[in-house]
Parts: sequence; structure tokens; C-alpha cells
Amino acid sequence: MANVTFHEEDVLIKEQGFNDHFHEHHHGDKYQTNFIFHYIFSMDHKIIARQFLITGIIWAIIGAAMSVIFRLQLGFPEESLTWIKPFLGKWIVVDPTTGIGKLAPEFYYALVTMHGTIIVFFVLTAGLSGTFSNLLIPLQIGARDMASPFMNMLSYWFFFLAGIVMFYSLFLSTGPFSGGWVAYPPLSALPQASSGSGTGMTLWLVSLVLFVVSVLLGGINYITTILNLRTKGMSLWRMPLPIWAFFVTAILGLLSFPVLASGFFMLIFDRSLGTSFFLSDIFIAGQALDRVGGSPILYQHLFWFLGHPEVYIIILPAMGLVSEVMSVHSRKPIFGYRAMVYSIMAIGFLSFIVWAHHMFMAGINPFIANFFVVFTLIIAVPSAVKVFNWITTLYGGNIRLNTPMLFAIGFVSMFISGGLTGIFLGNSAIDIVMHDTYFVVAHFHIVMGVAAFFGMFAGVYHWFPKMYGRFMNETLGKIHFWGTMISAYAIFWPMHYIGMAGVPRRYYSFDTFDAFKHFTDLNKFITIFAIVAFFVQLIFVINFFYSIWYGKKMKTKNPWEANTVEWTTPIEPIHGNWPGNLPTVHRWAYDYNKDEREFVQQHVPLKDGEVGDH
Amino acid sequence: MTYLIAFAIIFLLAVVVIQIGKLSELSARIRGEEAEERSVNNTQGMALVAFMVVFLIACVWSAWAYKDQMLGYGPLTSASAHGFELDHIFNVTLFFTGIVFIITHILLFWYSYKYRKVNNTDKAMFFAHDTKLEMIWTVVPAVVMTYLVANGLIAWNNIFPTLGPDSKHIEIEATGYQFAWDIRYPGADGKLGNKDFRLIDPANNSLGVDWKDEASVDDIILGGSDKIVLPKDSTIKVRITAKDVLHNFYLPHFRVKMDAVPGLPTSFIFTPVKTTKEFREQLSKFPEWQVPADPADPTGPKKWETFEYELACAELCGKGHYSMRRIVEVVEREEFDTWLASQKPFYVTNIRGKEYDPWAGKKLFPFEIKARANELKSDIANYLSDTTGTASRNIQLKHVFYATGSADLNSDLSKYELDHLVELMAKYPSLKVELAGHTDNVGDAASNQVLSNSRAGNVLSYLLSKGVNSGRLSAKGYGQDQPLESNDSAEGRQANRRTELRIISK
Repeated sequence: MANVTFHEEDVLIKEQGFNDHFHEHHHGDKYQTNFIFHYIFSMDHKIIARQFLITGIIWAIIGAAMSVIFRLQLGFPEESLTWIKPFLGKWIVVDPTTGIGKLAPEFYYALVTMHGTIIVFFVLTAGLSGTFSNLLIPLQIGARDMASPFMNMLSYWFFFLAGIVMFYSLFLSTGPFSGGWVAYPPLSALPQASSGSGTGMTLWLVSLVLFVVSVLLGGINYITTILNLRTKGMSLWRMPLPIWAFFVTAILGLLSFPVLASGFFMLIFDRSLGTSFFLSDIFIAGQALDRVGGSPILYQHLFWFLGHPEVYIIILPAMGLVSEVMSVHSRKPIFGYRAMVYSIMAIGFLSFIVWAHHMFMAGINPFIANFFVVFTLIIAVPSAVKVFNWITTLYGGNIRLNTPMLFAIGFVSMFISGGLTGIFLGNSAIDIVMHDTYFVVAHFHIVMGVAAFFGMFAGVYHWFPKMYGRFMNETLGKIHFWGTMISAYAIFWPMHYIGMAGVPRRYYSFDTFDAFKHFTDLNKFITIFAIVAFFVQLIFVINFFYSIWYGKKMKTKNPWEANTVEWTTPIEPIHGNWPGNLPTVHRWAYDYNKDEREFVQQHVPLKDGEVGDH
Repeated sequence: MTYLIAFAIIFLLAVVVIQIGKLSELSARIRGEEAEERSVNNTQGMALVAFMVVFLIACVWSAWAYKDQMLGYGPLTSASAHGFELDHIFNVTLFFTGIVFIITHILLFWYSYKYRKVNNTDKAMFFAHDTKLEMIWTVVPAVVMTYLVANGLIAWNNIFPTLGPDSKHIEIEATGYQFAWDIRYPGADGKLGNKDFRLIDPANNSLGVDWKDEASVDDIILGGSDKIVLPKDSTIKVRITAKDVLHNFYLPHFRVKMDAVPGLPTSFIFTPVKTTKEFREQLSKFPEWQVPADPADPTGPKKWETFEYELACAELCGKGHYSMRRIVEVVEREEFDTWLASQKPFYVTNIRGKEYDPWAGKKLFPFEIKARANELKSDIANYLSDTTGTASRNIQLKHVFYATGSADLNSDLSKYELDHLVELMAKYPSLKVELAGHTDNVGDAASNQVLSNSRAGNVLSYLLSKGVNSGRLSAKGYGQDQPLESNDSAEGRQANRRTELRIISK
């Protein structure tokens, strides 16, 4: 171990820490007295983080299983799917003469829609940001808990409720919503347009409105906590990068989710109250509708005003986690800390003025597109800065290639690959060719799907000891990493080629078109690796749950020899996080290998003549 | 039972996974933490480098292998003028991003390997920031992005020009609905008539074209499976509309894509530069297109011979989204003009003369006036030149109309037929005719007799007013006595209400 022993640490906090008189009041302890209030309706941020994580894992399994089923249809359209009839029932249509069972097109679209909705909102927003914001914000800024533990609890339970409603919609006889996760009207507004646009869509909207409430309750709490509850000495410029990322993420969510909610309410009105916000000139199911004057494009503006910040709501926390993991396991300060913070802010700001790049081909005024192209491609600059800073963090390091570090490296690779294809799509001219093809599918899956998952995995493997006092198994972790890395590229890399051949996304079958049916082999290849990827994730799930109870025990408080203050809390987590005083912070979080010391924790005072911070 | 076995297998696999985990922890403990960390860092570091090498080679190799399948490469170069520029910008972007992709990946994986922890005495360097380096990787991407943005925006704004009123483009209309496309061409007037979704009648007017708009009566609507024919080297403006939900008018070979939005017509302007035939010839040079189109029929046509341009939908529109195919055929301009001229306007074949024709009894169209003039001319000429006695001396004046229930001549509509008659009377100076009025049997015979008398008389007065010599004309009403058809049906009665020209002497 390095220069500072655990005993000394305790002494430091005891002698120099900040006494907030927390333990004199015993408030909150009564909520922890029995099982129900300790583990279920808990107000402790550490328990809520675990609730978010485990709920996210369950949703991720459901969402991923859906993708495997629709990939089977795309990769092996000739094969019989009768064997999943016991699960999917009437949605597998069996040909009475041949006995071959096929996925019904309606349900294919329902699966695609649910896969997107679940992964984007329930897994990568709630499961990622919900988990780590909750876990790390109080722990890394030296707070006892969130500013409002009660709202924090509500945030989880609204998410839980949203999940229940969405889950229920899967079992409707008309099927869940099937109009794409973006839910563009009129398809989503008119039950006549598609079977999933009936009750399925109603429940989808109810679920997501509940979800917006969850995000807002969480977000207000995160912002308030970061601004008000930082421990003594924890200035903004000493905050670890994950906290910066969660902070900006919460602001993005707070500013953009209400806009989505307003769009959803207008859609609910169009569906139920006969308004025409998004409807005009429609003749459907043999009838001209008496609904004129609205614009379907208005919905797209409202949706993407959230939708684009949303992709940064997903990726920024992953970036923050990766920055921290990478610095700790390289034993080096994160390169260009301030540049990292400024680029998070720049990305956050720009994310609000680029939304229409999803709509270049939607019928907006082509002149307006000019501005959105410029703003969109400016995002490449802070993104490039981040990538080069991560790579330079590795340079000259003393790297531990353990599982969290491997996922952090994998994250950077994915972020580069997916980010670069964004340069094609953000350019409206190229978007004419690439819009709504598999190139887009490849782009966003790599850059915000796989990359965000990698950031999440890096975080889970890294902070698992903090959550459960045990380690996850490293060998299984590495099988998980390599299996995921290889199959993720094997799935999504070929999709670039399919997209460059012009094949549109959201096609149930490619056989109708001569231009699109050339890729039988590639589609098989992709599907096989999708199945592999799915089973590799199950290794993670087994590892996760096994390690909660049987993993290698954490014997020291700070197993990674990290600088941030969450590693000064006791191994057995307690209410209020620190048994006595709160640690007082004297330096930034990245003093690794500074003046002969392997690492210097944030609560260690500066030596005489030492220059602090960065 | 199968499921039981499946679950058993999954359970066993889970046990195996857990055992692998346990074993690895055990072996780590035996080896000691330090030795374990060193060995792990070595193997993982080498694995990362190996991955990088295989990955980068696979990327380049696979891109090369699939090159000919992608739009813009091999045989699939653009079929439209603007597409070449888009493909070029794509390649420029690919060049820059490709360089960045390779360099960053080499650095990322190589550093991970090179700076892995090998010995316990290894130290990392303290390197927290470097303003110069950071400036470089801020400014260089900014410069490259500026170049790419400028290129892209110039192309983008050229693709969406504003066409002036004297532009020579051809405007066609595509209407998406669940789950097909309807295509409308302007007729001889070059203008598409108005339409309104409230006029849609699935049986007779599926597009809701407003037939009251004179521009629409010569519009051509293609049948469901007809090829969309476009002329080469002519500017085409596609007006894109949707009937029910969003669709997207997508022509992959032409690099054309635009949403179809109910209530908000959009458009895309492009110029096809290769006929279907020329594109097929281009494909024929590539081996993968020289195989038989149908593998079951090795002697049948080759794949390149069966190539067609296709129209697809690229915006999720419901369960049949993947099936909205139409074939597009590009031909030379002359061939296109001939094809278009041979198409019958929808109004003429499906609407004119039907009960839902808004112009019935209200308007005669130039093509009808012209056709009727020729008919009258030949009817008279036939009788005059007839030597066999088979030609009828009774010629029906089909375009003579009266106000409903009265004898007043509707001279706005009738003038064309009667003026032509005046011309013919002048052409054949010896011709003498009787104008014969007939009615159906509705009402009493006496009043019908009076009505037919005055109608014939009114036609006579019109002709006299146009200067025909009164000695050559006579008028007579026949009432309801000479029906052409049975008076039992509405159509029969309609046919019986008529004015005839009876030639008295040549």
C-alpha cells in the first residue's frame, strides 16, 4: 500500500473533517429500521442506486431479448419461429400447410419500438444515470445523502410505475405500441393507423409521462445536491468528472424533458380530446378526418428538442464514469481536466440547438437546415478534445488492465467509431443518402448504445465494491468484455455497409426490393453475433448477482487506491455515509503519481510548498 | 419437455460460468496477487493489440469486399445529377474520418499495451495538461469540420433550388398511403390540378383530385403496378404528399429522399442522368451482375438485364412499411413524351359523363369540342358522299343543350356545335336541313309537342342569327313520338331528349 494507511485516514477525517452534527440528530434512522423501509421504500441514496441498477438490468434483459427475436426474423426469415410461440402466442403466425411459424409484422414493429423505448429510457437513462448519479453524487462530493431523500425515493417509484405500465402494455391483445420509439404522429395519434396505436400507445404515453416525472424529481435533486451539499473544500473545480457529467446531465434533463412532456400531452389531447395539434388533411380507413390545421412536424420538433439532449443525457454520465475509471487505473491524472469539464458544458449547451438534424428529410425548410448542420458539426470539436484527452491519459500511465479499465478503453473505441459516422450524418447533404438507413442504426447503436453500456459496465465493475462490499469476478468480467466488444463490432460494423447500400431501417423483410435483398449473409452474421452478445450479457448478470452474495470480499476501504472521497467511507455502508465527521477536501481528485506519491486522496491536506489542484 | 431440457442446459451453463469464476479466483490466490496482476496485464495488453490489428484489417478488408454493393462505388454510381456530388462529399468525409479512425485506434490500443503495469516498481508520469497539445487537437478538428461543413452546405443548397415560374421542369406528384404510392402526371397543360383530402372517394377518386380545377382534367394517374416513367436529362420536381400517416419518398439510386407529410406537401428536385437501359449496361460489366437473375433458371435473363430502379418508403408508416415498392423507369426524353401523350387522363376515362362529374352539363372541354366538330363534319360528309344509301340522314346534334325543363337554348355550351354547323352550311351551299326536336314521355304528349316545337325553333333562330339563309332551314317538333330507346330508364329518356339535324336535300 502507499504512503497513507487506513488508520491515518480515519484520523484525518476525525481531526480535520467537517462536523455537521449529523449523528446527533438521528434523523432518517427510523426509516431504516425494518426490511420494507430499508430495502424497498428506502430513502438512502445507496439503496436507491441499487434499485435503479437492478431494475435497469431487468429491463436490459427484456430489451435485448426483444432485439434477438427481431434479429431472428431479419437474419433467418425462412426459419420457423414456432418454438417461441409459447411465449409470443398469436404473434407467431403459423402457416397451416407448412407448419412454419413467422413473426407477425405488427409484432416485429412492436418489438423494434419497445426495444428502443426500453433501452433508451429505462436502461440508459434510468439504469445508467439513475444508478450512478444516486450512488456517486453524495459519496463523491462528501454529502450525507441527497438534498431530498424523499423525492429521491419518489423518483425511483415513478420509474418503477412507468415500468409496470409499459410491461403491462406488452400483453395487450392489440399489442404494445408499434410506431417506432419516436412515436411520430399521425401514426401514433390514430388508432386506425396501426393496431399498436390503440391502447398500446395510450399506455406507452402514460408510462413515459410517469417516467418524465421520475427524471425531473431525480434531476432537481441531483442539481440541488451538487450545488448545496458539497463538503468543506469541495469547490466546483475540485469535483471529480463523474459529478460534472451528472450535473450537466441533470440540467439537460430538467430543461428538455418538460418539452417532451408537453409534446406527449398534445399527443394525448389529439388522441383523446379531438384536438388537431399534429393532424391535418388525413384520409384513413375509408374516412376523411375532420381534423385540420395541425402539423406532424411540430411533434418532431418537440420530440427532438428532448430527443437530442437525451442522447447526451445517456452518454455524458458514461463519459464521466470512464474519465474517472481511466484515471484511477492508469494511475495518472485525467489529462486536461478543465478541458474535459468545458467540453462537457459545450456539448451540453450545443445539444439544445441541434435537434433538427434528425429532421433534415422531414420536410423542414431546407434553409433552416444550414444552421443545424453548423451547430451539429461543431459538437465534433469538444468530442474530439475528449477523445484525445482520454488517449493522452493512457500515455505514460501505469495501467491496470482489469475489467473496468478494459470497458473504459472499449468505450473510447466505440465513441470514436460511432462519433466519426456522426460527421457523415450531421452533414445534411450526406444525410439525404443515409437518413433512415442502416448506417444510422449502426451510428447511434455504437455511439450511444454500446458506448453508453460500456461506460455503465466500467462503472459497475469499478464501483461494485462500493455498492456491495465485494468484487465482481475478474475472469468472468474479461470474458464479458471481450465477448461484448467483439460481438458489438460484429453486429454493428456490417450495418454501415448495408446502410451504404441504401437499405432502409425498420424493414420487416428485405425481399420486396431487388435493391435491398443482397445482404442475406451479412444479416445472418449480424443475427448470430446478436445472439452471442445476448448470452455474453447473461454471464455479466450471473456474475453480478453471484458476486452480491459470494464475490470476493473487499478487505480494505480503498481497493483501487483512488483519490475520491467515496473510498473513505466504511466497507459496510451506513446511513449518512461517514460515521463521524465529513471529510474536508483539500485538492482535486486526480493527484496520481504526483511528487513520488502513488496517489493522494482528496482529503489529504497540501504539504508545505505543495501546489494544489491543476 | 424440450423447454425443460433447454432450461436445464441454461442452468448448467450458469453453474459452469460460476465455477469458472470460482476457479479463476482460486488460481489467482495461489499465484499471488502481484504475479496474477502482471500476467493479466500482459495477456490483456497483448489481446488489445491483437484485437486492434485484426479489427483494423477486418475493417479495411470488409469495406473493400463490399465496395461494389454500396451506393456510389462499383456499378452503383449515381443515377441523378446531384448524387455524384453527394457521393463525392461522402468520400471526402470518409477520407478524413478514416485517417482519424485509424490513428486514434492505434494510439488507444497501443498505449494501453505499452503503458500497462508490468512491475510493481513501475510509475506513471504526472502529466495533467499541456495547453499547446490541447490547442492542436481543438484547432485541427475545427478546421477540418469547417471544410466539410462548407462542402456539404454548398451541395445542400444547390439541391434545394428555388424554381422560377419560367423553369422548364416537369412536376409530378407522389402520394403515399398505407401501403403504396400513387403517382400523378400533369397532362398537356403541364400543371397538376388541385386536390383536397375531403374529395377522396376510394372507388372513384382515391387522390381527392378537385375536378373543378381545369388543370386537373388532363392529369394522368398511374395504375397501381404501372412503372413510373421519367425522362433522362430533364429536371423533375416531385411534389410529395401523404394521405394518412408519414411516408418517405425514397429513390436510392437517385439519392432522393423526402418525407411525405399529411397536410404539408414537400418536394424534391432532381435530374435523372442515366436511362434504365444505360444503368443496366453499366451493371453488366460486373461479374456479380452476370449471374442468372433466377438461380433456378440458369438459362434465363442475367441479373443485370432484370435491374429496375425502385421507389421505396423510408419512414415508418405501419405494418406494411417494408412493402411500398414501385418500379421507376428512366427513358430518353422523346420516348417519355410519346409515352405521356399516349396516357389517357384519369378524368376523361373515369369521371367524364358519370354522375359525379362536376362539369356535366356545365362545360365542354376543348378536346371534346374538337372531337365533336370532327364527328359532325364527317357525319355530314359521309351522308353527302354516300352512294349506297346506308348513311343516315338523321344526325344527332349531341352538343346542343337547353335550360332544364325549358326551351331556352343554352347558347354558352351549344354555340360550338351550332357554329360548326354554320361553317358546314357555308361549305356545302346547296345543303337544306330540318331541325327536329324530340322529347321523352315524361308529362303529357301535348306539352311535349309544344316543348319540342319551341326547342327546334330556338335552334333555328340561332342559326338564322348567324346568317344562314332562311330558305335552307326548317324546324319541326316531334314530341315524344319518335323515341330512340325505351323511356323506361333514365338513360333511355336522356337519349330520347335530343335535337336532330335532318338533311332534306344535298
